[in-house]
Amino acid sequence: MIATHYVYWVLFAIMMIGLYVVISHGNLLKKLIGLSIFQVGVFLFYISLGKVRGGSAPIISPTVQTYSHPLPQVLILTAIVVGVATLAVGLGLAVRIFETYGTVEEDEVITRSATDPADGVPEDSLNGGGGDAAQGDEA
Amino acid sequence: MHTVLTVASGVLLTLGSIFLLTGAVGLLRFPDFYTRIHAGGIAETVGAGFILLGLLVRPDDWSPSVAVRLLVILAFLVLTSPTATHVLAQAARRDGVPVWEEGDGPQ
Amino acid sequence: MSTEFTLVAIALLAMLTLTAMIISRLRGLYGAAMVAALFSLLTASLFVLMDAVDVAFTEAAVGVGVSTVLVLTVLALTHSREAVTPRNRRLPAVAVVVAAGGALVYASQDLPAFGSADSPIQTHPITDVYLVESQEDIGIPNVVTEVLASYRGLDTLGELIVVFTAGLTVLSLLGTLAPPEDCKPPGRFHLTDYRVIRIVSGLLMPFILLFALYVLFHGDYGPGGGFQAGVIFASGFVLYGLVFGLDRAQQVVPPRVLWLLVSLGPLVYAGVGVTTMLLGGTFLDYDMLNQGHPESGQHLGILVVETAIGLTVAAVMMTIFFGFASRGVTRK
Repeated sequence: MIATHYVYWVLFAIMMIGLYVVISHGNLLKKLIGLSIFQVGVFLFYISLGKVRGGSAPIISPTVQTYSHPLPQVLILTAIVVGVATLAVGLGLAVRIFETYGTVEEDEVITRSATDPADGVPEDSLNGGGGDAAQGDEA
Repeated sequence: MHTVLTVASGVLLTLGSIFLLTGAVGLLRFPDFYTRIHAGGIAETVGAGFILLGLLVRPDDWSPSVAVRLLVILAFLVLTSPTATHVLAQAARRDGVPVWEEGDGPQ
Repeated sequence: MSTEFTLVAIALLAMLTLTAMIISRLRGLYGAAMVAALFSLLTASLFVLMDAVDVAFTEAAVGVGVSTVLVLTVLALTHSREAVTPRNRRLPAVAVVVAAGGALVYASQDLPAFGSADSPIQTHPITDVYLVESQEDIGIPNVVTEVLASYRGLDTLGELIVVFTAGLTVLSLLGTLAPPEDCKPPGRFHLTDYRVIRIVSGLLMPFILLFALYVLFHGDYGPGGGFQAGVIFASGFVLYGLVFGLDRAQQVVPPRVLWLLVSLGPLVYAGVGVTTMLLGGTFLDYDMLNQGHPESGQHLGILVVETAIGLTVAAVMMTIFFGFASRGVTRK
Protein backbone atom coordinates (compact mmCIF):
# COMPACT_ATOMS: atom_id res chain seq x y z
CA MET A 1 0.00 0.00 0.00
CA ILE A 2 2.75 2.42 0.96
CA ALA A 3 4.82 1.70 -2.14
CA THR A 4 1.95 2.40 -4.47
CA HIS A 5 0.28 5.28 -2.65
CA TYR A 6 3.10 7.20 -0.99
CA VAL A 7 2.97 9.97 -3.60
CA TYR A 8 -0.66 10.70 -2.81
CA TRP A 9 -0.01 10.81 0.93
CA VAL A 10 2.91 13.21 0.63
CA LEU A 11 0.75 15.47 -1.55
CA PHE A 12 -2.01 15.32 1.04
CA ALA A 13 0.57 16.39 3.61
CA ILE A 14 1.46 19.40 1.46
CA MET A 15 -2.21 20.29 1.12
CA MET A 16 -2.64 20.04 4.87
CA ILE A 17 0.36 22.28 5.54
CA GLY A 18 -1.19 24.88 3.26
CA LEU A 19 -4.56 24.50 5.00
CA TYR A 20 -2.89 24.87 8.39
CA VAL A 21 -1.26 28.12 7.28
CA VAL A 22 -4.59 29.47 6.04
CA ILE A 23 -6.44 28.64 9.25
CA SER A 24 -3.93 29.42 11.95
CA HIS A 25 -1.95 32.41 10.73
CA GLY A 26 -3.57 35.78 11.12
CA ASN A 27 -1.62 37.76 8.57
CA LEU A 28 -3.65 38.10 5.37
CA LEU A 29 -0.62 37.89 3.09
CA LYS A 30 0.57 34.74 4.85
CA LYS A 31 -2.89 33.26 4.37
CA LEU A 32 -2.67 33.94 0.64
CA ILE A 33 0.71 32.27 0.43
CA GLY A 34 -0.66 29.29 2.36
CA LEU A 35 -3.62 29.15 0.00
CA SER A 36 -1.28 28.93 -2.96
CA ILE A 37 0.62 26.09 -1.25
CA PHE A 38 -2.70 24.25 -0.86
CA GLN A 39 -3.51 24.95 -4.52
CA VAL A 40 -0.19 23.56 -5.69
CA GLY A 41 -0.77 20.41 -3.66
CA VAL A 42 -4.11 19.92 -5.39
CA PHE A 43 -2.53 20.49 -8.81
CA LEU A 44 0.18 17.92 -8.13
CA PHE A 45 -2.40 15.40 -6.94
CA TYR A 46 -4.45 15.82 -10.13
CA ILE A 47 -1.42 15.43 -12.37
CA SER A 48 -0.20 12.39 -10.46
CA LEU A 49 -3.48 10.62 -11.28
CA GLY A 50 -2.71 10.82 -14.99
CA LYS A 51 0.84 9.54 -14.86
CA VAL A 52 1.51 6.17 -16.50
CA ARG A 53 4.51 4.00 -15.66
CA GLY A 54 6.97 4.22 -18.53
CA GLY A 55 4.87 6.84 -20.25
CA SER A 56 5.96 10.08 -21.81
CA ALA A 57 4.56 13.57 -22.25
CA PRO A 58 1.40 13.58 -24.39
CA ILE A 59 3.11 14.97 -27.49
CA ILE A 60 2.52 12.47 -30.28
CA SER A 61 5.81 11.21 -31.60
CA PRO A 62 6.66 8.06 -33.59
CA THR A 63 9.24 6.89 -31.04
CA VAL A 64 6.89 6.75 -28.05
CA GLN A 65 4.61 3.86 -27.11
CA THR A 66 2.68 5.03 -24.05
CA TYR A 67 1.56 8.51 -23.15
CA SER A 68 0.50 9.96 -19.84
CA HIS A 69 -3.07 11.11 -19.86
CA PRO A 70 -3.53 14.64 -21.27
CA LEU A 71 -6.81 15.55 -19.62
CA PRO A 72 -5.59 16.36 -16.08
CA GLN A 73 -2.83 18.47 -17.61
CA VAL A 74 -5.32 20.53 -19.60
CA LEU A 75 -7.45 21.19 -16.53
CA ILE A 76 -4.49 22.12 -14.33
CA LEU A 77 -2.89 24.35 -16.96
CA THR A 78 -5.85 26.71 -16.96
CA ALA A 79 -6.20 26.34 -13.21
CA ILE A 80 -2.68 27.66 -12.62
CA VAL A 81 -3.29 30.87 -14.55
CA VAL A 82 -6.67 31.34 -12.91
CA GLY A 83 -4.97 30.74 -9.57
CA VAL A 84 -2.55 33.60 -10.05
CA ALA A 85 -5.36 35.86 -11.25
CA THR A 86 -7.34 35.20 -8.07
CA LEU A 87 -4.15 35.66 -6.03
CA ALA A 88 -3.92 39.12 -7.59
CA VAL A 89 -7.51 39.87 -6.54
CA GLY A 90 -6.75 38.68 -3.01
CA LEU A 91 -3.64 40.86 -2.88
CA GLY A 92 -5.65 43.84 -4.12
CA LEU A 93 -8.13 43.31 -1.30
CA ALA A 94 -5.26 43.06 1.19
CA VAL A 95 -3.84 46.38 -0.06
CA ARG A 96 -7.21 48.09 0.34
CA ILE A 97 -7.69 46.59 3.81
CA PHE A 98 -4.26 47.85 4.78
CA GLU A 99 -5.06 51.31 3.53
CA THR A 100 -8.33 51.43 5.44
CA TYR A 101 -7.27 49.86 8.75
CA GLY A 102 -3.52 50.30 8.77
CA THR A 103 -2.79 46.61 9.28
CA VAL A 104 -3.06 43.25 7.55
CA GLU A 105 -3.32 41.22 10.74
CA GLU A 106 -6.78 39.71 10.83
CA ASP A 107 -7.39 40.14 14.56
CA GLU A 108 -6.31 43.77 14.44
CA VAL A 109 -8.60 44.44 11.49
CA ILE A 110 -11.56 42.96 13.34
CA THR A 111 -10.76 45.01 16.45
CA ARG A 112 -10.35 48.26 14.54
CA SER A 113 -13.43 47.76 12.41
CA ALA A 114 -15.49 47.11 15.56
CA THR A 115 -14.31 50.23 17.37
CA ASP A 116 -14.42 52.74 14.50
CA PRO A 117 -16.34 51.36 11.52
CA ALA A 118 -15.58 52.98 8.15
CA ASP A 119 -13.78 55.74 9.97
CA GLY A 120 -10.70 55.73 7.78
CA VAL A 121 -7.09 55.34 8.72
CA PRO A 122 -5.80 55.88 12.25
CA GLU A 123 -3.47 58.82 11.78
CA ASP A 124 -0.38 57.28 13.31
CA SER A 125 -0.18 53.95 11.54
CA LEU A 126 0.49 54.87 7.92
CA ASN A 127 3.06 57.15 6.34
CA GLY A 128 1.15 60.09 4.97
CA GLY A 129 -2.12 58.40 5.72
CA GLY A 130 -4.47 61.33 5.21
CA GLY A 131 -6.56 61.45 2.08
CA ASP A 132 -6.84 57.71 1.79
CA ALA A 133 -10.43 57.81 2.93
CA ALA A 134 -11.21 60.00 -0.05
CA GLN A 135 -9.26 57.72 -2.32
CA GLY A 136 -11.34 54.85 -1.05
CA ASP A 137 -14.47 56.32 -2.60
CA GLU A 138 -13.31 56.15 -6.17
CA ALA A 139 -14.16 52.90 -7.95
CA MET B 1 34.47 7.80 -29.28
CA HIS B 2 31.15 6.96 -27.72
CA THR B 3 32.70 6.05 -24.37
CA VAL B 4 34.97 9.11 -24.42
CA LEU B 5 31.98 11.40 -24.86
CA THR B 6 29.96 9.59 -22.21
CA VAL B 7 32.84 9.86 -19.74
CA ALA B 8 33.38 13.52 -20.60
CA SER B 9 29.70 14.20 -20.10
CA GLY B 10 29.78 12.45 -16.73
CA VAL B 11 32.85 14.41 -15.64
CA LEU B 12 31.30 17.73 -16.64
CA LEU B 13 28.04 16.93 -14.87
CA THR B 14 29.90 15.96 -11.69
CA LEU B 15 32.05 19.10 -11.86
CA GLY B 16 28.91 21.19 -12.22
CA SER B 17 27.33 19.56 -9.20
CA ILE B 18 30.50 20.11 -7.15
CA PHE B 19 30.51 23.80 -8.06
CA LEU B 20 26.86 24.15 -7.13
CA LEU B 21 27.48 22.44 -3.81
CA THR B 22 30.48 24.71 -3.12
CA GLY B 23 28.38 27.72 -3.97
CA ALA B 24 25.67 26.59 -1.58
CA VAL B 25 28.18 26.07 1.21
CA GLY B 26 29.70 29.47 0.50
CA LEU B 27 26.25 31.06 0.57
CA LEU B 28 25.81 29.77 4.10
CA ARG B 29 29.28 30.22 5.50
CA PHE B 30 30.67 33.51 4.23
CA PRO B 31 30.67 36.33 6.77
CA ASP B 32 29.25 39.16 4.70
CA PHE B 33 26.36 39.84 2.34
CA TYR B 34 28.61 40.77 -0.57
CA THR B 35 30.86 37.73 -0.27
CA ARG B 36 27.79 35.52 0.02
CA ILE B 37 26.23 36.72 -3.20
CA HIS B 38 29.66 36.51 -4.82
CA ALA B 39 29.87 32.84 -3.86
CA GLY B 40 26.30 32.14 -4.82
CA GLY B 41 26.37 33.99 -8.11
CA ILE B 42 29.66 32.79 -9.49
CA ALA B 43 29.37 29.19 -8.38
CA GLU B 44 25.82 29.02 -9.67
CA THR B 45 26.74 30.38 -13.11
CA VAL B 46 29.74 28.09 -13.46
CA GLY B 47 27.94 25.10 -12.00
CA ALA B 48 24.87 25.47 -14.20
CA GLY B 49 27.15 26.12 -17.17
CA PHE B 50 29.08 22.90 -16.61
CA ILE B 51 25.86 20.94 -16.25
CA LEU B 52 24.60 22.37 -19.54
CA LEU B 53 27.91 21.52 -21.25
CA GLY B 54 27.72 18.02 -19.80
CA LEU B 55 24.25 17.60 -21.30
CA LEU B 56 25.54 19.02 -24.57
CA VAL B 57 28.21 16.37 -25.18
CA ARG B 58 26.04 13.38 -24.36
CA PRO B 59 26.26 11.06 -27.38
CA ASP B 60 23.22 8.91 -26.57
CA ASP B 61 20.26 11.02 -27.74
CA TRP B 62 22.05 13.89 -29.38
CA SER B 63 20.17 15.98 -31.92
CA PRO B 64 21.07 19.35 -33.41
CA SER B 65 17.89 21.06 -32.22
CA VAL B 66 18.50 20.04 -28.60
CA ALA B 67 22.14 21.13 -28.84
CA VAL B 68 21.23 24.57 -30.18
CA ARG B 69 18.68 25.02 -27.42
CA LEU B 70 21.22 24.11 -24.75
CA LEU B 71 23.68 26.63 -26.19
CA VAL B 72 21.04 29.35 -26.22
CA ILE B 73 20.13 28.57 -22.61
CA LEU B 74 23.83 28.75 -21.73
CA ALA B 75 24.16 32.12 -23.46
CA PHE B 76 21.18 33.58 -21.60
CA LEU B 77 22.40 32.12 -18.31
CA VAL B 78 25.82 33.73 -18.71
CA LEU B 79 24.13 37.01 -19.62
CA THR B 80 21.51 37.24 -16.87
CA SER B 81 22.98 35.57 -13.81
CA PRO B 82 25.92 37.96 -13.30
CA THR B 83 23.61 40.90 -13.99
CA ALA B 84 21.29 39.73 -11.25
CA THR B 85 24.19 39.50 -8.79
CA HIS B 86 25.31 42.97 -9.89
CA VAL B 87 21.85 44.45 -9.27
CA LEU B 88 21.70 42.81 -5.84
CA ALA B 89 25.11 44.15 -4.87
CA GLN B 90 24.36 47.68 -6.11
CA ALA B 91 21.02 47.75 -4.34
CA ALA B 92 22.62 46.56 -1.11
CA ARG B 93 25.40 49.14 -1.41
CA ARG B 94 22.87 51.91 -1.95
CA ASP B 95 20.87 50.67 0.98
CA GLY B 96 23.91 50.75 3.25
CA VAL B 97 24.47 47.05 3.94
CA PRO B 98 27.79 47.07 5.84
CA VAL B 99 30.95 45.56 4.37
CA TRP B 100 32.72 43.02 6.54
CA GLU B 101 36.07 44.13 7.90
CA GLU B 102 38.87 41.91 9.16
CA GLY B 103 38.20 41.09 12.77
CA ASP B 104 34.40 41.52 12.74
CA GLY B 105 32.18 38.63 13.71
CA PRO B 106 29.97 36.93 11.14
CA GLN B 107 27.05 39.07 9.93
CA MET C 1 8.37 2.42 -11.24
CA SER C 2 12.06 2.31 -12.04
CA THR C 3 14.40 3.01 -9.16
CA GLU C 4 15.73 6.28 -10.61
CA PHE C 5 12.21 7.59 -10.91
CA THR C 6 11.38 6.62 -7.34
CA LEU C 7 14.57 8.17 -5.99
CA VAL C 8 14.06 11.45 -7.81
CA ALA C 9 10.40 11.52 -6.84
CA ILE C 10 11.17 10.90 -3.17
CA ALA C 11 13.91 13.53 -3.15
CA LEU C 12 11.72 16.16 -4.81
CA LEU C 13 8.71 15.37 -2.63
CA ALA C 14 10.83 15.56 0.52
CA MET C 15 12.26 18.94 -0.50
CA LEU C 16 8.77 20.13 -1.36
CA THR C 17 7.34 19.18 2.05
CA LEU C 18 10.32 20.71 3.83
CA THR C 19 9.91 23.95 1.87
CA ALA C 20 6.20 24.08 2.72
CA MET C 21 6.98 23.69 6.41
CA ILE C 22 9.64 26.42 6.21
CA ILE C 23 7.17 28.81 4.58
CA SER C 24 4.76 28.12 7.41
CA ARG C 25 7.37 28.95 10.04
CA LEU C 26 8.91 32.06 8.47
CA ARG C 27 7.61 35.26 9.99
CA GLY C 28 9.60 37.60 7.80
CA LEU C 29 7.28 37.74 4.81
CA TYR C 30 9.90 38.75 2.24
CA GLY C 31 11.69 35.51 3.06
CA ALA C 32 8.42 33.58 2.89
CA ALA C 33 7.73 35.00 -0.59
CA MET C 34 11.15 33.95 -1.88
CA VAL C 35 10.85 30.46 -0.41
CA ALA C 36 7.42 30.27 -2.05
CA ALA C 37 9.15 30.94 -5.38
CA LEU C 38 11.50 28.06 -4.61
CA PHE C 39 8.42 25.96 -3.82
CA SER C 40 6.96 26.73 -7.24
CA LEU C 41 10.24 25.79 -8.92
CA LEU C 42 10.27 22.42 -7.14
CA THR C 43 6.68 21.81 -8.22
CA ALA C 44 7.64 22.59 -11.80
CA SER C 45 10.36 19.93 -11.56
CA LEU C 46 7.85 17.48 -10.13
CA PHE C 47 5.47 18.24 -12.98
CA VAL C 48 8.21 17.39 -15.48
CA LEU C 49 8.81 14.13 -13.62
CA MET C 50 5.13 13.29 -14.03
CA ASP C 51 5.26 13.98 -17.79
CA ALA C 52 3.23 17.19 -17.59
CA VAL C 53 5.61 19.43 -19.54
CA ASP C 54 3.05 22.07 -20.51
CA VAL C 55 1.97 22.40 -16.91
CA ALA C 56 5.59 22.61 -15.73
CA PHE C 57 6.19 25.41 -18.21
CA THR C 58 3.17 27.33 -16.94
CA GLU C 59 4.04 26.78 -13.29
CA ALA C 60 7.61 27.96 -13.83
CA ALA C 61 6.46 31.10 -15.64
CA VAL C 62 3.51 31.90 -13.40
CA GLY C 63 4.42 30.57 -9.97
CA VAL C 64 8.05 31.58 -9.95
CA GLY C 65 7.78 34.76 -11.97
CA VAL C 66 4.48 36.59 -11.79
CA SER C 67 3.33 35.35 -8.41
CA THR C 68 6.55 36.30 -6.64
CA VAL C 69 6.67 39.76 -8.22
CA LEU C 70 3.08 40.43 -7.18
CA VAL C 71 3.59 39.31 -3.59
CA LEU C 72 6.81 41.33 -3.28
CA THR C 73 5.08 44.42 -4.70
CA VAL C 74 2.27 44.09 -2.18
CA LEU C 75 4.75 43.50 0.63
CA ALA C 76 6.36 46.80 -0.29
CA LEU C 77 2.93 48.41 0.02
CA THR C 78 2.18 46.87 3.43
CA HIS C 79 4.14 45.86 6.51
CA SER C 80 6.39 42.88 6.01
CA ARG C 81 6.60 41.14 9.35
CA GLU C 82 3.98 38.75 10.61
CA ALA C 83 2.75 38.72 14.19
CA VAL C 84 3.14 35.55 16.28
CA THR C 85 0.22 33.15 16.04
CA PRO C 86 -1.65 33.08 19.36
CA ARG C 87 -1.78 29.64 20.93
CA ASN C 88 -5.56 29.44 20.89
CA ARG C 89 -5.59 29.37 17.10
CA ARG C 90 -3.10 26.57 16.67
CA LEU C 91 -5.04 23.76 18.32
CA PRO C 92 -8.24 24.08 16.25
CA ALA C 93 -6.11 24.40 13.13
CA VAL C 94 -4.20 21.21 13.96
CA ALA C 95 -7.46 19.40 14.72
CA VAL C 96 -9.00 20.42 11.39
CA VAL C 97 -5.86 19.52 9.50
CA VAL C 98 -5.52 16.10 11.13
CA ALA C 99 -9.19 15.33 10.53
CA ALA C 100 -9.11 16.41 6.89
CA GLY C 101 -5.78 14.71 6.23
CA GLY C 102 -6.97 11.51 7.89
CA ALA C 103 -10.12 11.49 5.82
CA LEU C 104 -8.10 11.98 2.64
CA VAL C 105 -5.68 9.18 3.48
CA TYR C 106 -8.56 6.86 4.34
CA ALA C 107 -10.31 7.68 1.05
CA SER C 108 -7.12 7.28 -0.95
CA GLN C 109 -7.07 3.55 -0.30
CA ASP C 110 -9.50 3.18 -3.17
CA LEU C 111 -7.33 5.15 -5.53
CA PRO C 112 -5.44 3.21 -8.23
CA ALA C 113 -1.74 2.71 -7.65
CA PHE C 114 0.48 5.56 -8.73
CA GLY C 115 1.43 5.07 -12.38
CA SER C 116 -0.86 2.16 -13.10
CA ALA C 117 -1.83 1.69 -16.73
CA ASP C 118 -5.18 -0.01 -16.10
CA SER C 119 -6.81 2.59 -13.89
CA PRO C 120 -10.27 3.87 -14.95
CA ILE C 121 -8.83 7.10 -16.35
CA GLN C 122 -6.41 5.29 -18.66
CA THR C 123 -8.89 2.69 -19.96
CA HIS C 124 -11.74 5.10 -20.59
CA PRO C 125 -12.63 5.41 -24.32
CA ILE C 126 -12.04 9.16 -24.23
CA THR C 127 -8.30 8.48 -23.89
CA ASP C 128 -8.37 6.86 -27.32
CA VAL C 129 -10.26 9.82 -28.74
CA TYR C 130 -7.67 12.26 -27.40
CA LEU C 131 -4.56 10.30 -28.29
CA VAL C 132 -5.47 8.50 -31.52
CA GLU C 133 -8.54 9.98 -33.18
CA SER C 134 -7.32 13.51 -32.58
CA GLN C 135 -4.48 12.88 -35.00
CA GLU C 136 -7.00 12.17 -37.77
CA ASP C 137 -9.41 14.94 -36.81
CA ILE C 138 -6.89 17.69 -36.07
CA GLY C 139 -3.39 16.40 -36.69
CA ILE C 140 -1.45 18.47 -34.15
CA PRO C 141 1.25 16.61 -32.17
CA ASN C 142 0.68 18.41 -28.86
CA VAL C 143 -2.41 16.67 -27.51
CA VAL C 144 -2.74 19.09 -24.60
CA THR C 145 -3.15 22.03 -26.99
CA GLU C 146 -5.71 20.08 -29.00
CA VAL C 147 -7.77 19.21 -25.95
CA LEU C 148 -7.42 22.72 -24.48
CA ALA C 149 -8.37 24.67 -27.58
CA SER C 150 -10.63 22.33 -29.47
CA TYR C 151 -12.14 19.41 -27.56
CA ARG C 152 -12.64 21.45 -24.38
CA GLY C 153 -12.63 24.89 -25.94
CA LEU C 154 -15.72 25.99 -24.03
CA ASP C 155 -14.00 25.31 -20.68
CA THR C 156 -11.05 27.40 -21.80
CA LEU C 157 -13.35 30.25 -22.79
CA GLY C 158 -14.78 30.14 -19.29
CA GLU C 159 -11.33 30.23 -17.73
CA LEU C 160 -10.42 33.15 -19.96
CA ILE C 161 -13.47 35.04 -18.72
CA VAL C 162 -12.33 34.35 -15.15
CA VAL C 163 -8.91 35.85 -15.91
CA PHE C 164 -10.62 38.82 -17.57
CA THR C 165 -12.85 39.31 -14.53
CA ALA C 166 -9.85 39.16 -12.22
CA GLY C 167 -8.21 41.93 -14.25
CA LEU C 168 -11.38 44.01 -14.01
CA THR C 169 -11.60 43.40 -10.27
CA VAL C 170 -8.03 44.51 -9.66
CA LEU C 171 -8.70 47.64 -11.71
CA SER C 172 -11.81 48.44 -9.71
CA LEU C 173 -10.08 47.71 -6.39
CA LEU C 174 -6.97 49.73 -7.00
CA GLY C 175 -8.36 52.49 -9.18
CA THR C 176 -7.20 53.59 -12.56
CA LEU C 177 -3.49 53.74 -13.20
CA ALA C 178 -1.83 56.99 -12.23
CA PRO C 179 -0.89 59.28 -15.13
CA PRO C 180 2.76 59.05 -16.20
CA GLU C 181 3.72 62.43 -14.71
CA ASP C 182 3.00 61.12 -11.23
CA CYS C 183 4.90 57.89 -11.72
CA LYS C 184 8.42 59.23 -11.78
CA PRO C 185 10.62 56.97 -9.65
CA PRO C 186 11.69 58.43 -6.28
CA GLY C 187 14.92 60.37 -6.71
CA ARG C 188 17.10 58.38 -4.37
CA PHE C 189 17.69 55.20 -6.34
CA HIS C 190 17.17 54.88 -10.05
CA LEU C 191 18.05 51.57 -11.66
CA THR C 192 18.84 53.14 -15.01
CA ASP C 193 21.85 54.89 -13.49
CA TYR C 194 23.66 51.59 -13.79
CA ARG C 195 24.85 50.93 -17.29
CA VAL C 196 25.01 47.14 -16.92
CA ILE C 197 21.40 46.78 -15.86
CA ARG C 198 20.16 49.21 -18.48
CA ILE C 199 21.99 47.54 -21.33
CA VAL C 200 21.28 43.96 -20.34
CA SER C 201 17.57 44.48 -19.79
CA GLY C 202 17.35 46.46 -23.04
CA LEU C 203 19.13 43.58 -24.72
CA LEU C 204 16.88 40.96 -23.17
CA MET C 205 13.50 42.53 -23.83
CA PRO C 206 13.23 41.78 -27.56
CA PHE C 207 14.33 38.22 -26.88
CA ILE C 208 11.71 37.80 -24.19
CA LEU C 209 8.94 39.07 -26.45
CA LEU C 210 10.21 36.97 -29.34
CA PHE C 211 10.30 33.93 -27.12
CA ALA C 212 6.74 34.61 -26.05
CA LEU C 213 5.64 34.64 -29.69
CA TYR C 214 7.64 31.48 -30.36
CA VAL C 215 5.96 29.72 -27.44
CA LEU C 216 2.58 30.83 -28.74
CA PHE C 217 3.02 29.58 -32.28
CA HIS C 218 5.07 26.52 -31.46
CA GLY C 219 2.53 25.36 -28.90
CA ASP C 220 1.15 22.97 -31.50
CA TYR C 221 4.37 20.97 -31.79
CA GLY C 222 5.93 21.19 -28.38
CA PRO C 223 5.10 22.44 -24.92
CA GLY C 224 3.60 25.88 -25.09
CA GLY C 225 0.45 27.67 -26.02
CA GLY C 226 -1.48 30.79 -25.24
CA PHE C 227 -1.29 30.83 -21.44
CA GLN C 228 2.47 30.47 -21.20
CA ALA C 229 3.02 32.93 -24.04
CA GLY C 230 0.85 35.56 -22.39
CA VAL C 231 2.65 35.27 -19.07
CA ILE C 232 6.11 35.47 -20.69
CA PHE C 233 5.04 38.46 -22.78
CA ALA C 234 3.78 40.26 -19.68
CA SER C 235 6.97 39.50 -17.76
CA GLY C 236 8.98 41.24 -20.49
CA PHE C 237 7.05 44.42 -19.84
CA VAL C 238 7.28 43.94 -16.09
CA LEU C 239 11.07 43.87 -16.50
CA TYR C 240 10.88 47.09 -18.50
CA GLY C 241 8.70 48.73 -15.89
CA LEU C 242 10.97 47.66 -13.04
CA VAL C 243 14.18 48.88 -14.65
CA PHE C 244 13.15 51.96 -16.60
CA GLY C 245 10.39 53.23 -14.37
CA LEU C 246 6.62 53.13 -14.43
CA ASP C 247 6.28 56.41 -16.35
CA ARG C 248 8.25 55.14 -19.34
CA ALA C 249 6.47 51.77 -19.19
CA GLN C 250 3.14 53.58 -19.38
CA GLN C 251 4.37 55.55 -22.38
CA VAL C 252 5.30 52.31 -24.10
CA VAL C 253 1.98 50.66 -23.25
CA PRO C 254 -0.65 53.33 -22.55
CA PRO C 255 -3.42 52.21 -20.19
CA ARG C 256 -6.14 52.68 -22.77
CA VAL C 257 -4.36 50.37 -25.19
CA LEU C 258 -3.99 47.86 -22.38
CA TRP C 259 -7.69 47.91 -21.57
CA LEU C 260 -8.50 47.52 -25.25
CA LEU C 261 -6.30 44.44 -25.43
CA VAL C 262 -7.86 43.00 -22.26
CA SER C 263 -11.30 43.17 -23.84
CA LEU C 264 -10.12 42.10 -27.28
CA GLY C 265 -9.10 38.62 -26.19
CA PRO C 266 -12.45 37.24 -24.99
CA LEU C 267 -14.12 39.11 -27.86
CA VAL C 268 -12.00 37.28 -30.45
CA TYR C 269 -12.48 33.94 -28.71
CA ALA C 270 -16.26 34.26 -28.48
CA GLY C 271 -16.22 35.80 -31.95
CA VAL C 272 -14.72 32.63 -33.37
CA GLY C 273 -17.53 30.69 -31.75
CA VAL C 274 -20.18 32.97 -33.20
CA THR C 275 -18.49 32.82 -36.60
CA THR C 276 -18.70 29.04 -36.65
CA MET C 277 -22.36 29.30 -35.73
CA LEU C 278 -22.96 31.71 -38.59
CA LEU C 279 -21.14 29.35 -40.93
CA GLY C 280 -23.60 26.59 -40.08
CA GLY C 281 -22.03 24.67 -37.23
CA THR C 282 -22.37 24.78 -33.46
CA PHE C 283 -20.58 27.21 -31.12
CA LEU C 284 -16.79 26.76 -31.41
CA ASP C 285 -17.03 24.03 -34.04
CA TYR C 286 -13.83 24.82 -35.92
CA ASP C 287 -14.59 22.35 -38.71
CA MET C 288 -16.83 25.01 -40.22
CA LEU C 289 -14.04 27.53 -40.61
CA ASN C 290 -12.75 25.92 -43.77
CA GLN C 291 -15.58 24.19 -45.61
CA GLY C 292 -14.45 20.92 -47.09
CA HIS C 293 -11.18 20.80 -45.13
CA PRO C 294 -12.19 20.28 -41.50
CA GLU C 295 -8.60 19.59 -40.44
CA SER C 296 -7.27 22.95 -41.63
CA GLY C 297 -10.37 24.57 -40.14
CA GLN C 298 -9.35 23.08 -36.79
CA HIS C 299 -5.79 24.37 -37.24
CA LEU C 300 -7.06 27.87 -37.99
CA GLY C 301 -9.47 27.81 -35.08
CA ILE C 302 -6.82 26.62 -32.63
CA LEU C 303 -4.37 29.28 -33.84
CA VAL C 304 -6.85 32.15 -33.49
CA VAL C 305 -8.05 30.93 -30.11
CA GLU C 306 -4.52 30.52 -28.73
CA THR C 307 -3.67 34.04 -29.89
CA ALA C 308 -6.75 35.38 -28.12
CA ILE C 309 -5.75 33.54 -24.94
CA GLY C 310 -2.20 34.92 -25.12
CA LEU C 311 -3.48 38.43 -25.71
CA THR C 312 -5.86 38.39 -22.75
CA VAL C 313 -3.46 36.78 -20.31
CA ALA C 314 -0.65 39.17 -21.25
CA ALA C 315 -2.85 42.25 -21.01
CA VAL C 316 -4.42 41.18 -17.69
CA MET C 317 -1.04 40.38 -16.13
CA MET C 318 0.32 43.76 -17.25
CA THR C 319 -2.77 45.55 -15.94
CA ILE C 320 -2.43 43.83 -12.58
CA PHE C 321 1.26 44.64 -12.28
CA PHE C 322 0.89 48.27 -13.31
CA GLY C 323 -2.10 48.63 -11.00
CA PHE C 324 -0.15 47.45 -7.96
CA ALA C 325 2.97 49.37 -8.88
CA SER C 326 1.24 52.68 -9.42
CA ARG C 327 -0.68 52.26 -6.16
CA GLY C 328 2.57 52.55 -4.31
CA VAL C 329 3.54 55.64 -6.26
CA THR C 330 0.29 57.56 -5.89
CA ARG C 331 0.02 56.87 -2.20
CA LYS C 332 3.03 58.99 -1.29
